[in-house]
Amino acid sequence: MNSVASSGGVRVPTAASVARREGWLRRLPLLPAFVYVVLITQIPFLLTIYYSFFNWNLLKPGSFKFAGLDNYARLLTDESIRTAVLNTVILTFCVIAISVVLGLAVATLLNSEVFGKGLMRTLMIAPFLIMPTAGALIWKDTLLNPLFGLLPNLLSPFGLGRVDWVNRFPMATVIAVEVWRWTPFMMLIILAGLQSQNPEVLEAARVDGATALQAFRRITLPLVRPFLELGALLGSLFVVQTFDSIYMLTYGGPGEDTTNVPFLLYIVAFQGFSIGQASAIGVVAVILTTIVATFALRTLFSIFQVEARR
Amino acid sequence: MSAKVVTGPRHFPTSKVLWTVVGWLVVFVFFFPVLWMWLESLKTEPQAASSPPTILFVPTLEEFQQVLSGDFPPFFINSAIASVGSTLLVLILGLPAAYALAIRPVKRTQDVLFFFISTRFLPFAASLVPLYLLARDLQLLDNIFALSLIYTTINLPLGVWLLRSFLLEIPPELFEAARVDGASFGTEIMRIVVPLIAPGIAATSLICLIFSWNEFFYAVNFTSSTAATAPIFLVGFISGRGLFYAKLAAAATLASLPVLLAGWIAQKQLIRGLTMGAVK
Repeated sequence: MNSVASSGGVRVPTAASVARREGWLRRLPLLPAFVYVVLITQIPFLLTIYYSFFNWNLLKPGSFKFAGLDNYARLLTDESIRTAVLNTVILTFCVIAISVVLGLAVATLLNSEVFGKGLMRTLMIAPFLIMPTAGALIWKDTLLNPLFGLLPNLLSPFGLGRVDWVNRFPMATVIAVEVWRWTPFMMLIILAGLQSQNPEVLEAARVDGATALQAFRRITLPLVRPFLELGALLGSLFVVQTFDSIYMLTYGGPGEDTTNVPFLLYIVAFQGFSIGQASAIGVVAVILTTIVATFALRTLFSIFQVEARR
Repeated sequence: MSAKVVTGPRHFPTSKVLWTVVGWLVVFVFFFPVLWMWLESLKTEPQAASSPPTILFVPTLEEFQQVLSGDFPPFFINSAIASVGSTLLVLILGLPAAYALAIRPVKRTQDVLFFFISTRFLPFAASLVPLYLLARDLQLLDNIFALSLIYTTINLPLGVWLLRSFLLEIPPELFEAARVDGASFGTEIMRIVVPLIAPGIAATSLICLIFSWNEFFYAVNFTSSTAATAPIFLVGFISGRGLFYAKLAAAATLASLPVLLAGWIAQKQLIRGLTMGAVK
């Protein structure tokens, strides 16, 4: 653990060996974390690819047989996977779009001259902090249940009572609960962007006769754009993996109406115990996510670099 | 604030009042489910599932007592072990790694950073099946320490990014001075890094706590009874049709409490943590 400087003068090492030693000394602190991540994420992924070429059901002993591309062929013809991919796209897109717009609106409110900003922000972030399984249950049972829930009781004077929201509009319900959870996340990021704005610029615009809307579109919006992008990209990487609220609210149903890719994987792997088939879904999920995430992460990276230069 | 109110309506533009009212309405809508959860938890069972809903009632802690004296505590303790354990591991592995990516950076730092973050957003489908089989063969299913190890993987990439963003803010002269004095790597970490990035360690711990305490997917698939965590306890209420609403609300309140409190106390760290250090 001696530093490089103290060992330099003793053995008169060559320049190359010093550089190599220096390189390893620099790498050493990184290695434990690096090796850990490789062991638990990368090697299992290689195994996932391997298993995806086998027909293997855990409930049938001795069923481990090479199957070639059978699992992939089944994916192409199977309607479940297409539904799941489509549901994943719909869910992610709707949740992110709605929560970014709502988050921007709430952040703008909290950035304006209002009373009790601090407390408003504190209460506003609660939905994001509440355990997702707990939040989903509270929505499903105590708020939306057609017989005992609060909402159907409040809405019955308007002729909307006793509507079974979760079963009649399953996807909309999942989206609503996820929007409730992710709007605070967007709001926090966008609010930080708004607060980095110099109020004098807005004041100057107002003096020059710009309306509030003009000032917002021409000055504020370009300034918070990187924050909107950051929120949308980070958020979509999380929302793509939505599992908790689907499990709690609809269990993927009715039918497969709210089954997304993570939930389908859960059903195939842990209810059907089809290891080969689940692995093939895993590989496809990785390929699809990689396409989206490479774009998303590269954009994120450039945002981070802009931030770093400030 | 109150001083302004007394000075008269001149400092009290109607637009401010209007936006305050609108703002509070919006906040109320978002906060209401949480408030309702708390209200339900303080009712008796018949009050919690009455139609029309009970608004006025005498609060009781009966359901909290029931939940706490029942089978809930082991689930809560498991959540605590998994969260604290994985947070510690993230700090132990993440601090040196962040150091190697910020203070004396390795070559291709950008690539390494990209690699770390890409593992965080790799779908769990990628490694789920082999990890499950490995845990099964090693008799590590339903083992809370195995679950902590998985949570460490989830949180380590975020931790490395976050800690690095704090390390970059330490003036490099401090490290040069320490090196001139012949300080070892360990001394540098303990004497310079840890004291100076205490807020960074707090932010990292908060994010680790949030993600591992609330985690459900691995918990539901890798544990069954002895290692089951707080969200698994809530699954037991999934088919409640008007039964046990008060108990459900009390359990949900207790299960959500640690993250809610930590997030509220450390609001400043929350934004920076969630954006992996990008937004300060």
